[in-house]
Order: sequence, then structure tokens, then C-alpha cells
Amino acid sequence: MDFNDTPAEAEFRAEARDWLSRNAEKRVPGKTFKLRRGEEGLIPLAREWEARKFDGGFAGIPLPKEYGGRGGTRLQQTIYLQEEAKFVTPPPVFGISHGMAVPVMVAYATEAQKQRYVPATLRGDEIWCQLFSEPGAGSDLAGLRTRAVRDGDEWVVNGQKIWNSGAHYADLAILVTRSDPTVEKHKGLTYFFVDMKSPGIEVRPIKQMTGFSNFNEVFMTDLRIPDSQRLGAVGDGWKVSITTLMNERVVSGVRPAPDFNDIFGLARDLQLEDGPAIADPAVREKLADWYVQSRGIELIRFRTMTALSRGQQPGPENSISKLVGSFKRQQIAAFGMDLMDTAGAVMDKELMPMRALFQDALLDSPSGRIAAGTDEILRNIIGERVLGLPRDVRADKGIPFNQLRENKE
Amino acid sequence: MNFDFSDEQNMLRDQARRFLDDHASRKAVRAVLEDDTIPYDRDLWKGMAELGWTGATIPEEYGGAGLSYEDLCVIAEELGRSLAPTPISSSLYLATEALLHAGSEDQKQAWLPRLAMGEVIGCFALAEGVGAPTPKSIKAAVKDGQVSGSKIPVADGDVADLAVVLARGDGALSLYLVDLSGKGVSREPVETIDPTRSHARLTFDRAPCEPIGKQGKGWEIAEAVLDRAAILMAFEQVGGAQACLDMAAEHAKNRYAFGRPIGSFQAIKHKLADIYIAIELARANAYYGAWALTANGADLPVAAAAARVAASEAFNHAAREGLQTHGGMGFTWEFDCHLFYRRAKLLSLALGGERRWKDRLVGQLEKRNLATAEVD
Repeated sequence: MDFNDTPAEAEFRAEARDWLSRNAEKRVPGKTFKLRRGEEGLIPLAREWEARKFDGGFAGIPLPKEYGGRGGTRLQQTIYLQEEAKFVTPPPVFGISHGMAVPVMVAYATEAQKQRYVPATLRGDEIWCQLFSEPGAGSDLAGLRTRAVRDGDEWVVNGQKIWNSGAHYADLAILVTRSDPTVEKHKGLTYFFVDMKSPGIEVRPIKQMTGFSNFNEVFMTDLRIPDSQRLGAVGDGWKVSITTLMNERVVSGVRPAPDFNDIFGLARDLQLEDGPAIADPAVREKLADWYVQSRGIELIRFRTMTALSRGQQPGPENSISKLVGSFKRQQIAAFGMDLMDTAGAVMDKELMPMRALFQDALLDSPSGRIAAGTDEILRNIIGERVLGLPRDVRADKGIPFNQLRENKE
Repeated sequence: MNFDFSDEQNMLRDQARRFLDDHASRKAVRAVLEDDTIPYDRDLWKGMAELGWTGATIPEEYGGAGLSYEDLCVIAEELGRSLAPTPISSSLYLATEALLHAGSEDQKQAWLPRLAMGEVIGCFALAEGVGAPTPKSIKAAVKDGQVSGSKIPVADGDVADLAVVLARGDGALSLYLVDLSGKGVSREPVETIDPTRSHARLTFDRAPCEPIGKQGKGWEIAEAVLDRAAILMAFEQVGGAQACLDMAAEHAKNRYAFGRPIGSFQAIKHKLADIYIAIELARANAYYGAWALTANGADLPVAAAAARVAASEAFNHAAREGLQTHGGMGFTWEFDCHLFYRRAKLLSLALGGERRWKDRLVGQLEKRNLATAEVD
């Protein structure tokens, strides 16, 4: 065991740190980017940051150079993310683009398509969204109904998607559709990528409980997609989707704020009746719990990277990061506000500590426990795939999609 | 970056597991549980000594096996999994650590070779009754090279030959070595929630003692020893927690209710997923602790407290909810759930309770934060 960098790792870390210190501001507890997700003006600044990273050689670190990557390793990617977390950078706008679209394009697109789309995406020129969930297909994604019908060299798509983060500013989308309703539901799906400016796509922002509109409904009416934009074989959409979703859960190196360091900084700076909050035993107990969780997640990521650096498959332990992290964020937000007492309810960024980070997070944090696999689905995955527990009884097993009770008129 | 045990260490784990399957079966654990006259499994202890475990981290020049702390962590996890009823935590993690950390050359020569052979058992006498000991609360006192006072509970105090005792001499706290076969020592067994690990009250009445470590630094040395023991014990806790999860998952696959294995119900599946999460968080913190222990760097106190807090939580959680998964059978003497339930709580109290370690963790983070003024 060795938590120190090898000389090569140390060299890369120093290079990343040096570049970051010349291009971003050092982060201190409580300091976050001046704009939050959903705030006006964030997208151009986020694009600008990605372009700068691209030019600096830190975009797509493990990807080959011909696709605009660095030709490095996933371990270097992790080292970079560890260092980036110590600096103030824009909140993630490119999570789907870099974490899902790029890997799926690299795995399934033609050579010409890779050349065309991957570098532009890494550079931040093009942003992707994900057209997966539907009003009737969330956790049970394979129940989706958006219909794709083949017409010569094209497919005609009709249907509705929902919870599509960034669809209102995205340039491109990855899309999963039902191409054959007469077979079992997991078997009749086909996967595409599509230009969001295509005729037949209508995006309607959904107003979230935060008041912002980060996600959308997307309606597709006689949308025509060239067959050349199909990813994977006809009927293999489920397999391709699973690849995408696995990437979604592995990729995120960005820490959700507020995390341990933020609540630690708040507790240190905030005065309670008898001195700083951090001196209060009830506060210390919570801080200790959150530290071991945050640190545990960070260390588990090191274990994953160790496996990757040896060319092994990462173990199942990585599946817990989002589950633990998103609930912790919700708890930290609420507790930070409690320390502020009655004024904790105030949302004024000028008045509140850390520009109302805790207040914003209280309202935003429920989304983290629902998006990219709900807490409940992730617990099922751990129970079934890691612990080997039997699957729940399935009422839809062996039945063609169009014969399922919910799909029969 | 290499965050995993080596191939050799994994072989050591297999060897340890095989040995403990044969020599520390549940039947052997129950033999100690059910007979008040057996304080620990002597045959097992002898076998462990033959494998070199009793002196695992003692350097070869003192007759030990000279293994690394990471090696010992691997063994500790297996000891925890098997519930091995032996005094190894008192003798090796605490008394031996105190000697290695603070002992003079003469003291090391005098005690380490016999501790390594398992001929001598050591114990660590800190607590003096209900409540957390503090630098102010310690009453045991030393005068003219003789200690007087009462220590309770002392793990393995009934069978130990040597005690490392925290006491007040010339107004300041120091650690002392007491030969328990000497005069002025009396001991009586104390019943605890886990009879597979024996405990005693040690009463000293002008018992001869000799100082160990820098005089007046007894509290600080004790904390350093506890930090080191906390990491080793965290591996026992992780091993115990994993055994609880394995038992519960096995039961959930085979026990049918309402025409289905109960593990197919989400109420059970999610319960077991939560145990798994607690264990993986504890394992990650413990692994880092193992490395910090080997490297012995400035990060050790934070790593130790984090490993301790996470492992205590994980084992208690796994033992409690693992038992619950078994339903009524989990509450019987016959099923093994209660063995783990007892051990989990015992271990989370043994080196100081969870509240105290959480406080220590935050205190160490405050210190580090002042030192570096940096995020992380």
C-alpha cells in the first residue's frame, strides 16, 4: 500500500497544480464559483473554462490525442480532478457531455463521427443532453415508449422525454427509443445521437422547486434521424444505455457543495451562545460523521483508480459514492442553516455566509438523490449485484412490451 | 498510488483465515463464552504464538516476527471475523506498542522477547470506572516507585503478566510498567457484555512499578498508543462487520416468507445495502489508517480517529441490523448473531467510546487546519 504518488504521478500532479494555479483561484473553505447551476451567464463562463482546459491539455485526459484528448491515463484524470477540487471552477455543465456522451461515442460511433464530435465536445464548443427518462419511465427506464420507426435510411421518432438537464442549451443529445414494441421491453430499444436543432424537437423548460429551470421536457414530433447516427445495433439500446449509465456513476469527480470542508469552515467561523459552533459537542459529533463519509468516498475512489491503473475492473465499492454523497449534502445543508438559527431561512446572498450556499443546497439537494439512479434503485443494485440477493418479483417478465397491462388500452 | 494489499499480504490473509477456521471456530468461541473459568482460548493463543502473530510487529532483534503493520492489519481483520477469544489486542496492540513506542532499551530487552513468544501477556490499564478518563480524573498515584489505585475495567487484566498503567507521580501523569506477579497487586474478574473477552479490576496497593517513556508525558504517550491500537482494532471491527453481513445475506437468500426469499424484499435488501455501505466506508478509512500506521507520518492521529469512528459505526450497525434480519432466531442463544452484537459494542468501547473519538477526530482536524490553512 502506498498513498504517495510515484515519481511519474507526482510529476503529473505538479504540472496540473502549476497550470491550475495560473488559471484559477485557490479554493478556501466556503469559497465557491460566483455563479451556481441555473444562474444567468454561467454557460459562457463554463465553456470558456473548458476551452482553457482543452488548450492546456487537461480535457479528456485518458482519451487518445486524435480525438482531442491527452493520451493519458484514468489515474491521471483522477489526479487532475483531485487538484482541480482545490480551485474555484464553474459548477458542472459538462457532466453529461464528458461523462456519458464522449464515452458512448468513442465506443460506438464511426471514426469520422468521433473525429467530428469528440474534440468539439471536449473543447466545450458543443454541449450534450441525455434524452432517456420519460413521464412513464424513470427508475424503470426500459419501460420507455418514445417510438422509432425505420423509414429507408432514416428513423422517424415520436414521443416525449422528461428530466433532461440542459436540453434548453444543449447542441446535441443521446437518445434511447423503442424500435420494437412486440418483444420484451429490454429487447426492443435502439440508441441514437441527434442534433438538438433538428426539426421536430421542442424543448420546454420545467420550473424546479428551486425556481430555476435546469431540466426540461423534450417533445419529438416526426423527428427524422439518419440511420448513420444509430449507436449500437438495432434492438441493442438497453446494452448501450447501461454502458452510458455506468459511466455516469463513475465519472463524477466533482464534489457537491456544501461538503465537509464547507460545514467545517462554517462551524469554525460562526459564533453560538458559548463560542464558536465547532466547540459545541453536538456539532463536533456531526462533523466527525461527515468527515469519515467524505474521506471514505475519496479513499474508495483511490481504490477504484488503483484497480484501473492495473488494468483491472474496479470493484463494486464505487457504487456507493453518489448514494452517500447526495444524502450527506442534504443533511449538511440543513444543519448549516440550523447553526445560523432563525436567520438560516434567509436566502439573500449578500447577507448569508458563503453566499447562501447552504440555503441554495437545501432546495437543490433533493435532486441529487433522484437523478442518475434514485437512492432506492442504487440500494437495489448493491443488494442484487454486490450482495447477490434475489431480484424482486417481476410482473413484466417474459411479456412483450405492447402486451404489458400499462400499455394495453 | 497503490491502495491495496500486496499479493503476499493476500496470501497471509488466506493463511490466517484457514488457521482461524480450524482453531477459532464458533464452537471454540462458545467454549469460552459458556464457561466462566476459561478466560481465553489457550490452545488458540499457543497456535497464534507458533505462527508468530503474538509478536507480529516486534522486530526480529527482540524475538518478534518483524512483520509490517499492514501485515498485522490483515491478520487483525481475520481475527475480527472469527471473534477469536484471545488477549492479542491488549498484549500486542497496546502493551507491546507502548514498549515499542516509549520503552527504554532495557525494558524492551526485558519484556519484548517473552511477549513475542506469547509467554507473557500484557495489558493496558487506563480507565478508573464509569466515565471517560481525563488528565484530571486519573487518581492512581505513584510514590517512591510504588503505585496505588484501582483500574477498572482492564481488558485481560485477569490473565496478564504485565500492565502498562497510567498514574500520577510527582503531580504529573506518566506511564508505568507493573509486573503483575509482584506484591501489592490484586485482581478480580469483571463480568462484561462479552464474556469471550475477559476483563478485570486491578487494584494496586503500593505495587512496585517503573516509569516508561518521558515522565510527565503519560497522557500524550497513552493517546499515541491508543491511536495505533485504534487502527489495528478497526480492522478487527471491519472483519466482524463483514462476517455479520455475510451471515445476514446468506440467511436472506435462504429464508422464505410469503413464498419468496426474504432477501427479495426491498425492506431487507436496502437494510443489507446500508450495512455494506457502512462497511466500505469503514474499510476505506481503515486501509488509509494501515498506511498511515506504517508510514508513521503527521497524518496518523487524523487517520486513526477516522478509522476508529467509521469502524465502530460499521460493526455496531452490521451486528444490530444483521441480527434484526434473522428475526426471532437472531435473539436466541443458539444463533451466533449475539456473539457479534456483544463484540461490536465491546470493541467500540474498548479504546474509549464513540463520542470521545469523534471529539478527538474534530480536534485533530482543527489542529491540522491551523497548520496548513488549506482545503483538505
